[in-house]
Amino acid sequence: MSVTTAPAWRPARQEPGWLVRLFEYKPFLVFACLLPAVGLLMVFLTYPLGLGIFLAFTDTTIGRRGIWVGLENFQYLLEDPLWWNAVFYSVFYTAVATVGKFALGLWLALLLNNHMPFKSLLRAIILLPWIVPTVLSAIAFWWIYDPQFSIISFLLVDVLGWRTTNIDFLGSAWPARFSLIAANIWRGIPFVAISLLAGLQTISPSLYEAALLDGSSAWQRFRYITFPMLLPILAIVMTFSIIFTFTDFQLVYAITRGGPVNSTHLLATLAFQRGIPGGQLGEGAAIAVSMIPFLVFATLFSYFGLARRKWQQGEGND
Amino acid sequence: MANVAFRNVRKAFGPVEVLHGVDVDIEDGEFVVLVGPSGCGKSTLLRMLAGLENITAGDITIGNRVVNQVPPKDRDIAMVFQNYALYPHMTVFDNMAFSMKLAKAPKAVMESEVARAAKILGLEQLLQRYPRQLSGGQRQRVAMGRAIVRNPQVFLFDEPLSNLDAKLRVQMRAEIKELHQRLKVTTVYVTHDQIEAMTMADKIVVMNSGNVEQAGRPLELYDTPANLFVAGFIGSPAMNLIPGRVGSGGFEAAGGAVLPLPPGASAAAGTYGIRPEHFRLDPNGLQARVQLVEPTGSETQVFVRLADTLMSCAFRERITAGPGDIIGISPDLSLVHLFDSGTGQRLAA
Repeated sequence: MSVTTAPAWRPARQEPGWLVRLFEYKPFLVFACLLPAVGLLMVFLTYPLGLGIFLAFTDTTIGRRGIWVGLENFQYLLEDPLWWNAVFYSVFYTAVATVGKFALGLWLALLLNNHMPFKSLLRAIILLPWIVPTVLSAIAFWWIYDPQFSIISFLLVDVLGWRTTNIDFLGSAWPARFSLIAANIWRGIPFVAISLLAGLQTISPSLYEAALLDGSSAWQRFRYITFPMLLPILAIVMTFSIIFTFTDFQLVYAITRGGPVNSTHLLATLAFQRGIPGGQLGEGAAIAVSMIPFLVFATLFSYFGLARRKWQQGEGND
Repeated sequence: MANVAFRNVRKAFGPVEVLHGVDVDIEDGEFVVLVGPSGCGKSTLLRMLAGLENITAGDITIGNRVVNQVPPKDRDIAMVFQNYALYPHMTVFDNMAFSMKLAKAPKAVMESEVARAAKILGLEQLLQRYPRQLSGGQRQRVAMGRAIVRNPQVFLFDEPLSNLDAKLRVQMRAEIKELHQRLKVTTVYVTHDQIEAMTMADKIVVMNSGNVEQAGRPLELYDTPANLFVAGFIGSPAMNLIPGRVGSGGFEAAGGAVLPLPPGASAAAGTYGIRPEHFRLDPNGLQARVQLVEPTGSETQVFVRLADTLMSCAFRERITAGPGDIIGISPDLSLVHLFDSGTGQRLAA
């Protein structure tokens, strides 16, 4: 055989370096990629939360390292009328403000979903209360509720003449409670209205046309088409809204600081009051921790109560 | 059941008029297809009949009653939407029973009516499903079922088959037509597909840019198209429309070919129309060069060039010629259409 075969040429293969091999090792790569996010979460979320929960089981005060006292702080809170007061007002504040925000927010969203002139300008204006820093709007409300310079009192007394005396918004318990709720509703409406408007816009107009041909009235279209189709988004927006409202701090602390006579303390403001100005870090932490069960319950309720309808899931069920 | 009439119906969106005076009569029990290219106003006309758009001018009557100011729910119509518009949060049963639920019908009536419609459409097994769990064809049937349970005077269909695949479209086409034959309800059906129009309609209304170009029975439109638009729109493969003028030896096409004219042809003709299937093979006919051969099995479509004029021909015979070969063809003179050079209207032969 005179056939000569040239040896097949292969490109030289370089052995990859140890660093390359390390990063090609998937578990390591996963670890390396997750590290920054996990690190940030650990430092800024898990550590403060963990420390807060730990402090709740100690009798730490400012300037003195406490000792482990078990559930003593919580036992004390259960007998503390101020804590019960704050629990009552937190729940009341959240419930009334959420109902108000959703009623008005849904109404606004329905209005804005219609064709009207200057629609985008109106939508931008609606967002304003949400864009303004809370403390700033709280100060504005402080003035609105001022016993002497309140613009509402001015309107009712001096302009319209409906009243002879100024209204005492923040001087006694119930007016103060409702004044704060009104401020919270004002601040919360944009979030609800814009989120629900986004939800409304996902509903196909042909569904309304079909319902129109099926003989529905405007109320029936809302009752049978708009509302059920909005429920999933409503549930998510409501979950967020409840969490934000229940944990509210800025509005109350800026306007009343929990007064008069502790009647408007939310759990968050009471926790701060006890922990920082009062110096009882352990007790303040216990109050903060006591919010967790309420939040978990509210979240589970709105999530499982309102979200996840069968019709949203694509799979067959036969 | 009822007849429907459009009397000089106009529609303007702001300053833009999209329908310029439409006159159409629809007999009781007739299946009428509104067909035309997109933007011709056919869907707008249907939505005006449904009451979803108001009427700028003119009258629409259903059962000899002017319905211009009648709200949609009182017009006694049912509509099938292009995207079906099924209520996603309701089961098939609830979707179909919704109109009766709004009218506060007794439960027994609801159940029997839905069962009747479900039986007609073969939906009995699917009544407890949600729209998301259905295939495209099943959703289409539910949308039709929702219309059937209302026992309307008039059925409206707005491009109902355009979201289905080709095979399903043919099947649903047959089902809709069969449904109409069973229920004999006046039906107005909008489509841009001229094959759907030809196969389903008792009467076709061809529309173009807000005007009715021609209304008539499908074969009437095929055999005697009123003008160039209808001639080009109806029929697949499309009619050859060859511009040129009438000369001494025949029709002198702009591309240089000379085509034979039927006797007594008007000198006003500016376009020569001949359907591809109206050419026959004839060794003594026009000598044309084959450009492309497309066999479909049942027939063979051949694109030929005669001087610089391109024409398509369809033959039942199998063609052995390939590109570049010369074949002899001659048009069936009795089926040649001539169109006026100015108005584009068909000239009576």
